[in-house]
Amino acid sequence: MQTKRTIFPNKVLPYLLLVPQLAVTLVFFIWPALQAVKSSFEREDPFGFKTTFVWFENYRRLFADPNYLGSLSKTAVFATSVTVLAMSVSLLLAVAVSRVLRTSRLYTTLLVWPYAVAPVVVGVLWWFMFNPTIGIAPYILRGFGVDWNHRVDGVDAMLLVVMAASWKQISYNFLFFVAGLQSIPQSLIEAAAIDGAGPFKRFWTIVFPLLSPTTFFLLIININYAMFDTFGIIDATTQGGPAQATNVLVYKVYSDGFLGLNIGSSSAQSVILMIVVIALTAVQFRYVERRVQY
Amino acid sequence: MASIDISAVKKIYAGNVTAIHNLDLTIPDGELVVLVGPSGCGKSTLLRMIAGLETITEGTVSIDEQVVNKKEPAERDIAMVFQNYALYPHMSVRGNLEYGLKNRGTPRDEIDRRVAEAARILEIEPFLDRRPRQLSGGQRQRVAMGRAIVRKPKAFLFDEPLSNLDAKLRGQMRIEIKRLQRSLKTTSVYVTHDQLEAMTLADRLVVMNAGRIEQVGAPIELYERPATLFVAGFIGSPPMNLIEVDYLRGRGDDLKLPEGTDLCGVRPDTIQVADPGEPSVRLDATIELYEPIGGESHLHLRLEGSGQLIVAAVPARTAVVEGATIPLFVRIADLHPFNRDSGRRTD
Ligand SMILES: Nc1ncnc2c1ncn2[C@@H]1O[C@H](COP(=O)(O)OP(=O)(O)OP(=O)(O)O)[C@@H](O)[C@H]1O
Ligand SMILES: [Mg+2]
Repeated sequence: MQTKRTIFPNKVLPYLLLVPQLAVTLVFFIWPALQAVKSSFEREDPFGFKTTFVWFENYRRLFADPNYLGSLSKTAVFATSVTVLAMSVSLLLAVAVSRVLRTSRLYTTLLVWPYAVAPVVVGVLWWFMFNPTIGIAPYILRGFGVDWNHRVDGVDAMLLVVMAASWKQISYNFLFFVAGLQSIPQSLIEAAAIDGAGPFKRFWTIVFPLLSPTTFFLLIININYAMFDTFGIIDATTQGGPAQATNVLVYKVYSDGFLGLNIGSSSAQSVILMIVVIALTAVQFRYVERRVQY
Repeated sequence: MASIDISAVKKIYAGNVTAIHNLDLTIPDGELVVLVGPSGCGKSTLLRMIAGLETITEGTVSIDEQVVNKKEPAERDIAMVFQNYALYPHMSVRGNLEYGLKNRGTPRDEIDRRVAEAARILEIEPFLDRRPRQLSGGQRQRVAMGRAIVRKPKAFLFDEPLSNLDAKLRGQMRIEIKRLQRSLKTTSVYVTHDQLEAMTLADRLVVMNAGRIEQVGAPIELYERPATLFVAGFIGSPPMNLIEVDYLRGRGDDLKLPEGTDLCGVRPDTIQVADPGEPSVRLDATIELYEPIGGESHLHLRLEGSGQLIVAAVPARTAVVEGATIPLFVRIADLHPFNRDSGRRTD
């Protein structure tokens, strides 16, 4: 890749310019991360008076804990569902919008709004809509004979957080898909139409493969989002319940650490999460930056 | 193989842009018709309406005696070669050639046979397993041609297929397209704004201007007898000189021109420096610039009296001096009489 080089006459100035950013990163990211790594190897007594170095004890316990393993599988279900739902709905919307050219700006603007809503507000919104006593959705569902109660039913609860989390991510995906679709030359679609491919076939054999760099990028981003960025939504809707049904990793870190005050275990969990992020980012850099396939 | 009939076709784009006004054109089976005209005159629009990529506002387009207005591009059984080739970047060359056949449910062995044949004709066999981005512009062009011919369609549509190639390659591909079309005898419509391409490829040339047909005919007919001032100025390089009849009268032999003639077209290569000894007009002009271009030389001249600038094409080694005023001769038989207001030929 070609990069532009700027030559500074002063040797110190470039470093000076980097200092604020580096300082912020150091104080708010690197330092807490190192702290987490450190405390993941320690055990603290319940009153916080004494810490002992326990090697991998916290990790060993985690992987022996059925609650943690349960949370792991809940996270897998949650992240997969959110990613699949958010990406497929946004792709559908993007394709639909790029078909109606005249009003597409209006639709685009409207569809991007959810992204500007804070996660907790999203959570509250959905909590309100699906509130078993006062919400509109359970009321309508009852009409169809569905008894919705995410306070009792674990499946309902999972559905609710998946919907809420996907809803917020759809706008983001949508923007990228719209841009991706626009970068596919119209003449390719026309050539395929002349080559005898109907709209469905055109989509699956031409558009979708050409969109794969965008899709792959979004895949990583969405997994990241579902795994690490959905704390607010879960906290505002189900708080991990009922009976751990929606207690995904990122929420469990919080509840074990701040509610359960088990700092050692919580730190070990966040280190594991960090490793997952690093792995995902590495995959992303390796494949997305070097472009996919063709 | 099929004829193409365009009857009273009109195209109005959104925003009330009329791109084609009531156009009629019949292309007999096996003929190669070239559409030529200035940018924005509606060539691509017309081609895309034949292909089914653009709706037809009014009138009918028929292919093989069937009205295709309502038919999808796929159902029209035509093939198109795009200016940017429009090769599928994520498929190999073979994949590109096979795509249209697969979509139509052609049996596997038939696909293989046809792809092999097209690859042989176009000499793209060595690249069959490459991706389009691993090919040069000329090779991509061949693949685009290959994709058109494997399908054995009723008609080929070309939209400036050579304009992204350099001059030399363009010349080669032009000859190849001509040869291919001759041997396959597939009805073809070819859009270009390159005059040389238009003149050499066309069985019949269609000159378009502002959404209308100016003239249709064999290229040489259009050159020798342009029906309108527009065609006179568009076909031929350097373009035809247009001189007022009033200026020509009284210079040289007696002018007998048809009623209503007020402008005369003079092809640069019909201007002679020696008296031809036939009825002719004599012009006196000052040589402003002498341009040797190899096989011939161009003289940029300023006419005595009117001060009009004209161009003459004379044999390469004509001995003239810049700044000199010389006599020039044009045979009266070589004059093209026009009426300025109607823009049409008067004889
Ligand atoms: N999609 C469109 N919407 C509105 N107007 C259009 C559209 N496409 C073309 N036009 C207009 O129709 C006219 C004819 O366009 P067309 O593309 O057919 O020209 P062309 O002869 O192919 O020109 P060129 O030689 O530059 O390719 C132009 O005035 C153009 O601005
Ligand atoms: Mg065009």
